[in-house]
This record gives sequence, C-alpha cells and structure tokens, in this order.
Amino acid sequence: MEPFTKLKAIAVPIDQANVDTDQIIPARYLGKPRPQQVEGFFHDMRLDPNGRPREGVTLNNPGYAGAKIIVGGENFACGSSRENAVTVMVDHGYRAFIAPSFGDIFFGNCFQNGVLPIRLPADRVARIRVILHELPGAEISIDLAAQTVLGPDGKSDRFEVDPFRKDCLLKGVDEVALTMGYEKDIAAFETKQRQEMSWL
Amino acid sequence: MAAVARTMFEKIWQRHVVVNRDDGNTLLYIDRHMMTDGSAAAFARLRARKAKVRRPDRSFATPDHFVLTNSRLIKDIPDPDHRRLVEQIRSNTAESGVTLFDLGDERQGIVHIVGPEQGITLPGLTLVCGDSHTSTHGALGALAFGIGSSEVTHVMATQSLWQRKPKAMRVSVDGTLAKGITGKDVILAIIAKIGAAGAVGHVIEYAGSAIRGLSIEGRLTVCNMSIEAGGRAGMVAPDDKTIAYVKGRPFAPKEAEWDKAVAFWRTVPSDEGATFDRDVSLNAAEIVPMLTWGTSPEDALPITGRVPSPGAADAAKQDGIKRALEYMDLVPGTPLDQVPVDRVFIGSCTNARIEDLREAAQVAKGRKAVIPAWVVAGSGLVKKQAEAEGLDKIFMAAGFDWREPGCSMCVGMNGDTGLPGQRIASTSNRNFVGRQGRGVRTHLLSPAMAAAAAVTGRFTDVRKLLA
Repeated sequence: MEPFTKLKAIAVPIDQANVDTDQIIPARYLGKPRPQQVEGFFHDMRLDPNGRPREGVTLNNPGYAGAKIIVGGENFACGSSRENAVTVMVDHGYRAFIAPSFGDIFFGNCFQNGVLPIRLPADRVARIRVILHELPGAEISIDLAAQTVLGPDGKSDRFEVDPFRKDCLLKGVDEVALTMGYEKDIAAFETKQRQEMSWL
Repeated sequence: MAAVARTMFEKIWQRHVVVNRDDGNTLLYIDRHMMTDGSAAAFARLRARKAKVRRPDRSFATPDHFVLTNSRLIKDIPDPDHRRLVEQIRSNTAESGVTLFDLGDERQGIVHIVGPEQGITLPGLTLVCGDSHTSTHGALGALAFGIGSSEVTHVMATQSLWQRKPKAMRVSVDGTLAKGITGKDVILAIIAKIGAAGAVGHVIEYAGSAIRGLSIEGRLTVCNMSIEAGGRAGMVAPDDKTIAYVKGRPFAPKEAEWDKAVAFWRTVPSDEGATFDRDVSLNAAEIVPMLTWGTSPEDALPITGRVPSPGAADAAKQDGIKRALEYMDLVPGTPLDQVPVDRVFIGSCTNARIEDLREAAQVAKGRKAVIPAWVVAGSGLVKKQAEAEGLDKIFMAAGFDWREPGCSMCVGMNGDTGLPGQRIASTSNRNFVGRQGRGVRTHLLSPAMAAAAAVTGRFTDVRKLLA
C-alpha cells in the first residue's frame, strides 16, 4: 500500500449531512470491473437524467479541478459497506476526507486503501466549507505525522488518529501480512476456544 | 470483591480477544464469516497473496445481491459481469472448501436470513460479513457487524480483525406494543428519535419489555436497521425464545454440545447494574405504524402525521428537508395517508421472513392490489414454508407477484429497480436517493403497511384494515 505522510491539495466542499455511499457510487456500478466503476463517482448527484452536469454541485465546478480532499458534512459516507465508495474516490485522485463524523464502516475502509479520514469539530468543518465555497481552488495541508490540518485560512487544527492506523498509513503497511505475524496468538486462541466453546 | 457488572457486548468482546495492543487496538477473533456474491474481489485479493481461507469450516456463502428473482438459472442473468460474480462464488467456495448455499438449493437466500435460519448464527459468538446489514444477526445475542471488502480478505486469511472497542449504548423500549405494531415500526421510531448518526461508534443493545416481547423475527428486523442509526452493531439478550429458535437448526450444536452451549448462553446477557455509555428509552405504547417521508431512514413519521415543513426545522436542517421534499415530490402539510403510491416491494433482509409474509398476507387476503406489488421471500426455505401455508395463493389471488429469493429491489443490483419518478412503498431498510433505481422515491414501512398500500393505492393506516 502506498504510504500517506503529507498532503497539500485543493479541497472541495460537500455541504449535505448523511451523504450515503449509494450517492458516492450507485449500486448499478458495483457489479462492474473497477476501471468501469470510475464513471459511477457521485454520478447521480453530479449529472441530471440527461447526463448534463447539475448546477450548484461543487464537484462540477472547474475551480475545484484536481482536488484531492473532500470536506463533508455530518455522518459522511454512511450506509452501505461498499468499499467501492473509497476506491472510486481514490481512482478520482482523492486521498483525504474531512468531516465532523463518518459512517463507521467507511471510516475503517479508508485505512485499508491508504486514505486518511479526519474528524474535526462540526463548527470548524462548517467554517472550512464556507471558505472553500468562497475561494474555489484553495488548498488544505495535512501532516499525518504531526496530526495537523492547515486550513485555507491559515489556521491549523490538530486531529486525533488511532496510533496503529497512523503507523500503518505512514509506512504503507500491509495489514494482512502484519496480522499473519500473530499466527501463534491466533492458533493459541483457537486451541483455548476449542476447549471452552467446543460447540462452535 | 464483587465482579464488575458487564454488558453483553463487553462479555462477548472479552471472550474473543486474541491480542490487545498497548495502543488500544484489539485483534478480535471471528467465529463465523458469511459471504455473498459480492465476495469475488476479496477472493481475488486472497489469491493474489497466495493465501488460503484459514477456517473454511467457519465460513458460509450464498449468492443474493446479483441473483434474479424470476429465474434460478445463472445463464438467465443478462449482465455478463453479474453472471460472472454469481459463477465465481461457486468456483471460489469449491476451491476453498467454504460451505455454499447455491442457486437452486432451497437453503439459498439473503445472507442475513440464511445465517439465523441455518443455525449458523448463535448467541455469544462473533460474526462478520461484507455487508452493512450484518447487524441483523445480533438479534440472537451475537456480536455481528458489517465490514468492507479488504477486511473480508483479512478475515479469510486470519479469521480475525483489528478493531478498537466501540462504545456501548442501550435503547430500552418498555411497555406493550399495540395491535398491528411490528418490529419495523419500533426500529423506525428509534431511528427517528436518535437520528441516522445517533449511534455512530456504538454497539446498541435493545432492551426493555417490548423488545423481550418481540418474536425472534421481530428482533431480527430491529437489529437489521441498527446501521441506519449509525450503529456498529445491534443486539438483544438471548432468552428462552432465542434458545427455542436455535434448537434443531442444521448448524446448531447437538446433544451434549447443545447442553454445554445453552449453559453458556445463559451467562451471555448483560449483568444487572452494567453501565452503558449512553441510554435512550422509548414508550412502546406511543409507537404507531411508521413510514419514512424523506431520503434518510431518520425521516420517519407516524402514518397519522403530515409531510413536514422545512420552516418548522432548525436552520441547519432546512436545506436538507427542502432537498428531500423536492426529490420525494411531496408538499408540506399533506397528510401521509393521502399520498398515492405507484408500486409495492415486500422483501429484503429487514422484512422477508415467514412472519413478515404472514403479516402482509393477512392484509392482502380477500383484497385486490390496485398497483403492482412484489413479494420476494428471504430464502428458499421461507418461500417453501409460505407455500405450505398457502400464503403464495393468497398473494397471487390478490394480484401480487410471488418471486424467487434474493435482495431484489432493496438495492436493485440485480436489475430489479423502479422507474424514475415512481413512488414505492418498501419493506426494505434504505430510502436513500436512487436506492431502488434512479429517480425512484422510496418509503420504508412494515410488511402489513406495505400490503395496505398495495390494496388501497395510497399509504394507509393498516390498523383500519385489521379492525
């Protein structure tokens, strides 16, 4: 997995709360090979039924072209566990998401794909979104080692991240390989469980 | 010194710790792994690293998302990508030794219906599946949660997962539910109260006399939608009903092992005095038939209510309500029981068990559907049972379409979708924008309420039809 250390990039705001993973990639794209899923990226939110870009949708604004960060609302990427919601955004160049809260499964899926989800207080996230609306193309800088987000207003915020997940991202650790290093512990657990819960 | 009172969640968690790291992460052992036809990418990743399924004896699979509901033949699946996914679950499980309930096997069905039905889901164990509605299985007193596709590979290879311990939340529903009120109404009332993000980071334990009073199937419906409140998992303490439900199921323990298991299951419920990080309570007597009006499961109201007005909400929510009303094509102030419906879907992992079909059939019996209505049983065994009881004949006589098991119109991945602009009364779990097809307007409700909509052509308080 590609390590994540620092990121300085254009950020695009999405204001709605409860943006679900069905919006990020509609179900009809999930059966397709990954290269064909790219088209599904926020498809129905971006385009009207005739395939024309909808007005007022930030993702359609060329001012945000090249964005690698999405600044979302409460409960961002809730709903379905589809990991395609992460990978389709990765395939569009996104590497970090900032929101007051996330769907739990999406939050975990990010770390599996070298992507950083950052929780910041709701009022601060709302403020960042306002600035990004005013200044399309403004950048945000993220330093994972220092756990800081430098906003487009020059204000720096510290964020919390699980130390284990942080370490895995910084080093680009392969989690399955890491866990296989615990093989002895897993085998010992299974031996104990066979005695204690033999009906399983 | 008295032992510390522990919650059910805490007890199950502690029993499954393989390794606790100093940084607060736990390698948690997974007792049961359920797979669907969405597992092909995870198997491909496993193969790419030359790894094997570590515990095929603990792994079970069934195709559900991409299967047709009007044919049991793979060759009839028109989309070649979908056809390949349903074929791959067959080859992948054959190669790895995972038990498969395949198309054509009466045990095939929606993965969250099959697990409890087969006795794969048991009290006190951990269960995961690459599907967010895995929370369903918690109704038997298990810790069950949905995971992403990379984590599916991780469980295949190691039978474990890295987790930080979620917080514990108790939702108590006390009192007696009125006639015609189901588990679906209870969970919609809970989500309306706590919100779609109300339980983020938490495992919910549903408690109280009304929850204990629900059948196991009603509890499965409640736990199913825990994720729609943001919950990591949902669970109900195992009791006599749970043990009676599990007994005799194909993969449940037998004979001496059964007695040992039951003795253990009796110790699983939360200790008296156990504390939760959050406590919420509802009065069962106040719950009436519910339905959603908007595009989030939290947008649920009693059938006696009216379409809300953005002006009545706080400023932060107004924009969301406006957007939802526009998508749903609803006018504020309209009584919900005057809203016309175009189509009905009875099915999904939320509401496609035998009791759900009985409740819907009771309403359909002797009446006629005035709009297209589908009934999609949750598994081949549910379908067979319903046919043995003559429910299929009741539905067909009432003009309902009686179909083969699968996820179908809940998520529409198999092509079972509505048309743009259609308003669908659906017993499923998500009313998200486009969930049942582009431009489709989904209203969530109970099977009885869905059948009532089918025979009247509008949302109808089912209590009037049951009188």
